[in-house]
Amino acid sequence: MSGKVDQRRREFVSVAGLAAAASVVAPGVFLQATAQAEPRSAPVSSKTRYGMLIDTTKCVDGCSDCVSGCEKENGLDLLKMPEGADPEEWDRQRPRWIRTVKVKDRLTGTVTSLPMMCQHCEFPPCQDVCPTGASFRRVDGIVMVDRHTCIGCRYCMMACPYKARSFIHEDIDEKLTIAPRGKGCVESCNLCVHRRDNGGTTTACQDACKHGAILFGDLNDPNSEIAQELRRQNNTELRADLKLNTGVRYRGI
Amino acid sequence: MQDMFRFGTRLLMVMATFVLAQSAVAGQGAGSVIEGSKAYGLDSCVEPTPLMRKKHYAFLKHDRDITVHQGVRTIKHSLAGCVDCHAAKDDAGNYVPVTAEGQFCQSCHEYAGAELPCFSCHSSTPTKATKAGD
Repeated sequence: MSGKVDQRRREFVSVAGLAAAASVVAPGVFLQATAQAEPRSAPVSSKTRYGMLIDTTKCVDGCSDCVSGCEKENGLDLLKMPEGADPEEWDRQRPRWIRTVKVKDRLTGTVTSLPMMCQHCEFPPCQDVCPTGASFRRVDGIVMVDRHTCIGCRYCMMACPYKARSFIHEDIDEKLTIAPRGKGCVESCNLCVHRRDNGGTTTACQDACKHGAILFGDLNDPNSEIAQELRRQNNTELRADLKLNTGVRYRGI
Repeated sequence: MQDMFRFGTRLLMVMATFVLAQSAVAGQGAGSVIEGSKAYGLDSCVEPTPLMRKKHYAFLKHDRDITVHQGVRTIKHSLAGCVDCHAAKDDAGNYVPVTAEGQFCQSCHEYAGAELPCFSCHSSTPTKATKAGD
C-alpha cells in the first residue's frame, strides 16, 4: 500500500463539499459570524478558522500549567481512578486533552518541550476513519467528536498521528454542564468550544500559560494577533509530511 | 366467528390500554414540577406542557445537532436549559440532581419505565459557568 496521501481525492471532496454548501444557501444570502459577547445565535461559518500558535522557545521544561488549566476548565480533573486500577496504567491511559512532550534533535541534541494536543487538521484522519460520522470538523476549523453518535470504536485514536484522543473507560459521576462526558466515547481538545460559542476570545491553556507561549485566534482574519504573528516569523506544522494542514502551529522546532 | 371474537377482545384491550395511558399522563398533573426549582414558579415550559410531555426527547434530539455541529447556543430546546430550570435546591441551597429519586426527570421516567441515558454524559445539576464562557 502506498503511504502517499491521496491529495487529489481530498481536493475533489472539498470541491464537492463547497458545491453542495453553495447550493444550500440562497444567492445573496450571507451567513455572518461576528464577534459577540452573547451566546452564538448564527451557525458557525468557514470564514473563520480557529487555530493556535505555540512558541516552544517560551515553553519551560517541567511546567504543566496549560495541562492543569485545560483539565480544570474541561472537567478532566474530576475524573477519578477506578477502584482497584493500577496507578501506572491509569496514568498512562487517563483522558488528557493536552500532554507535555519533549523532542530531541538527534543530530544536534537540542531538546524542546512543547504542549501537544489535537492539531485541528484541515484534513483530519480521525474524520476519514470514523464509521459513524461522529468525528468531524466544524466549519470554523474545530475538530471534535459528536458523542451522540460516537460508538467508541477508537479507530480515530489509531488514525491520529498526534495521539491526541482519549477514551473514557468508566462511568463518570461528576461532570460539568459545558463538558459532557461519558463511558464509551472518545474525546479530545475542542479549542474550548464553549468559549468560542459564548463570546470568549481565549482558550483555558492560553490563560493558564504564564510564559505567554500559547496564542489562540482566527487564522483567516489578517488583523488577528495570531495571523500577524504567523506572518511575522516562520512556524512549523508537526508532521507536515502528512499534508494535513494543521490549525495548531509551532515556533522554535 | 371465533376470529371475530378474538379481534374484538384485542381491540378492547388496545382501547383500554390507551385510555389508561391517557389518564395516567393526566394524573401526573401540575404537581410533577418540583417545588424549589425555577420551573415551579412558571406557567409553562418552552412549549405547552402536553406537547413537552409527548415530544421533549424529539425536541432535544433535533436541537442538539444544531448546537454540536453549527455551534448555535441559543436553541429553544436545550438539555442544559431543562436542568437549569428543573433542578431543585435542597435546604442547604445545593442543587439536587434531576436524576435523584423523586426528582423531575427521574420520577416520570421511572413511572413510564423509560431509560434516562442523557445524564450518563450530561450534568444532572447546573454547574457554574467559567468567567470566559458559559
